[in-house]
Amino acid sequence: MRRAALAAVIVAAALPAAARAQPPVGIVRPNNEAGLTPAQLGAQLYAGNCASCHGVDGSGISTPRPGAGVQGAGPPLRGVGARAADFYLRTGYMPLSRPDEQPTRSPPSFDDRETRALIDFVAGLAPGPPIPKVAPEQGNLAQGQRMFTEHCAGCHQVVAQGGVVTGARVPPLQDATPVQIAQAVRTGPYLMPRFSPRQISRQQLNSIIAYVLTTRHPSDRGGWGIGNVGPVPEGMVTWLLAAVVLVAVCRMIGKRVRG
Amino acid sequence: MRRLGRWLLGLVILVMSFFRAAPPRERIVPEGRPQRRAEAVVIVLLLAAALCGVGFVVVYAVDSLGNRTQLFGLLLGGAFAFVAAALILVGKRLVVTEELEEEYPPPEHPTEQLELTQIVRESSSRFTRKRLMTGAAATAAGALGLAALTPALSLGPALRTEPLLRTPWRRGRRLVDENGRRYRAADIDPGTFYTAFAEGAPKDEIGSPLVVVRLDQHALKLPPERRSWAPGGIVAYSKICTHAGCAIALYRKPTFAPMQPRPALVCPCHYSTFDPATGGTVLFGPAGRDLPQLPLMVDPAGGLRAAGNFSGPVGPSWWGVRMWRARS
Amino acid sequence: MIHKTVRLIDRSTGTSPLLKKALRYLFPDHWSFLLGEVALYAFIVLVATGIYLTLFFDPSLAETTYHGVYAPLQGTKMSVAYKSAVDLSFEIKAGLLFRQTHHWAADVFVAAMVLHLMRVFFTGAFRRPRTLIWLIGLLMLFTSLLEGYLGYSIVDDLLSGMGLAIGYGVALSIPFVGANLAELIWQGPYPGTTLFESRMYIVHVLILPVLIAVLLTAHLGLVALRHHTQFRATPRQTQRRLLGVPMFPGQVPRSLGLLFAVAAVLFLLGGLVQINPIWQWGPYELSQGTNGAQPDWYLGWLIGALRLVPSFDVTIGSYTLVPNPFWGGALFPLVVLGVLALWPWAERRITGDESFHNLLDRPRDAPGRTAAGAAFMTWVFLVFLSGSADRAYVFLGLSYAAQIWVYRVAIWVLPVLVFVIARRYCRELQRADAIEHERERAEQEARALAH
Repeated sequence: MRRAALAAVIVAAALPAAARAQPPVGIVRPNNEAGLTPAQLGAQLYAGNCASCHGVDGSGISTPRPGAGVQGAGPPLRGVGARAADFYLRTGYMPLSRPDEQPTRSPPSFDDRETRALIDFVAGLAPGPPIPKVAPEQGNLAQGQRMFTEHCAGCHQVVAQGGVVTGARVPPLQDATPVQIAQAVRTGPYLMPRFSPRQISRQQLNSIIAYVLTTRHPSDRGGWGIGNVGPVPEGMVTWLLAAVVLVAVCRMIGKRVRG
Repeated sequence: MRRLGRWLLGLVILVMSFFRAAPPRERIVPEGRPQRRAEAVVIVLLLAAALCGVGFVVVYAVDSLGNRTQLFGLLLGGAFAFVAAALILVGKRLVVTEELEEEYPPPEHPTEQLELTQIVRESSSRFTRKRLMTGAAATAAGALGLAALTPALSLGPALRTEPLLRTPWRRGRRLVDENGRRYRAADIDPGTFYTAFAEGAPKDEIGSPLVVVRLDQHALKLPPERRSWAPGGIVAYSKICTHAGCAIALYRKPTFAPMQPRPALVCPCHYSTFDPATGGTVLFGPAGRDLPQLPLMVDPAGGLRAAGNFSGPVGPSWWGVRMWRARS
Repeated sequence: MIHKTVRLIDRSTGTSPLLKKALRYLFPDHWSFLLGEVALYAFIVLVATGIYLTLFFDPSLAETTYHGVYAPLQGTKMSVAYKSAVDLSFEIKAGLLFRQTHHWAADVFVAAMVLHLMRVFFTGAFRRPRTLIWLIGLLMLFTSLLEGYLGYSIVDDLLSGMGLAIGYGVALSIPFVGANLAELIWQGPYPGTTLFESRMYIVHVLILPVLIAVLLTAHLGLVALRHHTQFRATPRQTQRRLLGVPMFPGQVPRSLGLLFAVAAVLFLLGGLVQINPIWQWGPYELSQGTNGAQPDWYLGWLIGALRLVPSFDVTIGSYTLVPNPFWGGALFPLVVLGVLALWPWAERRITGDESFHNLLDRPRDAPGRTAAGAAFMTWVFLVFLSGSADRAYVFLGLSYAAQIWVYRVAIWVLPVLVFVIARRYCRELQRADAIEHERERAEQEARALAH
């Protein structure tokens, strides 16, 4: 019995881990990495790890053609700039093992020098937006919550705990850095819409970031926050805690002999 | 004689006093052995409860503690828990446990049933036209009941479903954002979504909110009669889900169309998913009716305006909903 | 001193004979008979904390601007109702404790009722002469569901507004009368007029609590008249004679102890575990929504049902007969209520057993009923579980659409399986009991022979 319970716990713990773990992509690295200039390194890493989907010159591959030896497919990277490259690499979203897979946050596949070399390479493909500058301390928290509710809560949940859109899982934002939040808002990774400065100004973006940062430690003045997602964990506490304790009290008070 | 009388009186008094003092009353509740330790524990528990109670008052009074919800809960809950423990201990250890027997009351009473029937029947012996009488009484009761219920109709416009069809949209009405700023067609970027309202109408009117997106002109597959509804690929739909009335707060847009799900409007309540490219048809989820589309036009100054009313009634469906059209 | 009090009471009310009878009213002793008491005590906590809340909550939809202590809402436009609930949580000392305890009490109240219902069902306590008590209990349960729904809906936060929109959608979907009914309740199309808030409020704080209290009185009064059922643990317990602990002194301290234990659990939860942090949800606006919007657990089966129904409206040509939310939101709960309410008659029909029962069955004694009950519970529970499929996707990574399809199949397959397995298991237990019984008798005979 105890064994079964233990097994259940392990499975329960392993499930999300298994679901989140990025299958280890065979990262191709040049042999003499230390001897290469950043530009050479970037080009070689790109050729080895990105070009199969994004094309050798970054112009993208719209459909895989296995007959012609083209296995991957991916959007063009010309003009996406350092903004997108930095986001996708530092969140571990890229590289993907399958082109139709949803990218998920995972440990970056490249170390810092490699990452910078790759970003520079992608940014150099064609002129594109730089890594955005953010100043959440200049944001207004209340404006942030209002803007977040209007533009983001539908998918990310109002306390940024993540959610569901048909066909994809929407990540919680507790691990996102301020710069990554700004990058995601402007580039719209995977199925997310992208919001231009006309729609969400820099000032408003700072407010949104300020708000998202507070959701890492929301005001849980009521006690244990149980995930800040509302009724589902509340129901679990009702049944697994309150009901169990009260049934135990009943069993203590009343006779337990078989009826 | 007098002495005898006195003697007898004395005897009577003696006998009476004997009877009075005599057998001590029989116990109703059986005796049990004292449990000094349990008693001591109960006393300690009660004192602990008292301490918690006092603690609650103190914590309430001290203003420098800030948010005290957790302390309040601990102290009040603790007080109750100690009292509970004390009472349960009293019940289990200190009061005498008896198990008594008793007859169940009879499940039914045939004699009384007969008598009741008889009483009712005999009481009505002076009525000669019973059926007519019953009919009249029933009619009166029904009419009065109806009269009593009728005022409930004042609660709302129950007999007119026409308000359900009303929207503030009509040809020429401008689309404005949350803060009342007018949208221009050039404001609408692809790859994102906008919430728009009818200019001059309350934002919390169910027919007002729209979700507006710009799609690639080639990707649009609107029904033929709606060809002109999407100037520059801009389409507008009611933001209220046709399933259960929540706001369509999700817009799914692929970054890389060939490998990722196509653009869709999604409701966060039951995940009804609508296709903005085909006129709001249902892709997934429980919704049974397409999302109403609002025809758009661009005025000479570039402003975004409605070109008419919705393609169908807005909001959750009701019986006969498909027979009606939205009204301005 | 005791005698003086007794005499005073008797002299002023003449109730001594009645009181004596009441004090010696017998309660059969089994832990499962206390589940109903847990519900009763949760209700008492609900009423007590609820009264406190009414002294601070202002059920008005008038618009106001927040300037309280909670920074993320600073300067946000909201209704007076929502603002007063936020202020109650932030600025009234002990206000949050009472709000949270009230909400936990609601969750526990319904949970205890469900446990009690299961006990009554699986032991056959609903049989004659207690069928009416069962029906009143069901009515109370469903009234409480509505009461709870109104409770979290009057706060006017983002989640409550979304819940109300769904309620409106379900009301509207009722064939033939839905549109009229919804307009009656909301005084026009959703979100209705400002009067709707006061309507919800009066129904929540007066009409339904009084209704529940009346039903509760009838429920308990009838139990007292019929006396409690009992298990046959010893030969002394029969259909005609009941064996039990008297109300006083045996039952009172234990029952009061349970009352305080319930209050303790609820106040501890109320102080330590956060429930419905409305300030985090923000105020409701018609055009806004949040992902993961869920009702309180006791309505989870309805959101599950609403989500499981595939996309269709019943139409004849262009005439819409039955809009989609009707199936999951209205018909499904009605079917559940109907099945539970009609079960006593169905069982009488199936077994042909029309007699009165004061002795309870153990679940294994009635394999048919136990299996049917387990299957029915599985059905409702799976629908309930499907309501949290979106959260399961977030936490466990199981695709939402795939889960929905699995549930759509499982809710019809698993109950059948459960029925077969439960019935077989009951029968095996019965057989094991019979063997055990036989063995005991043989041992007794052997012992008798040896002496």
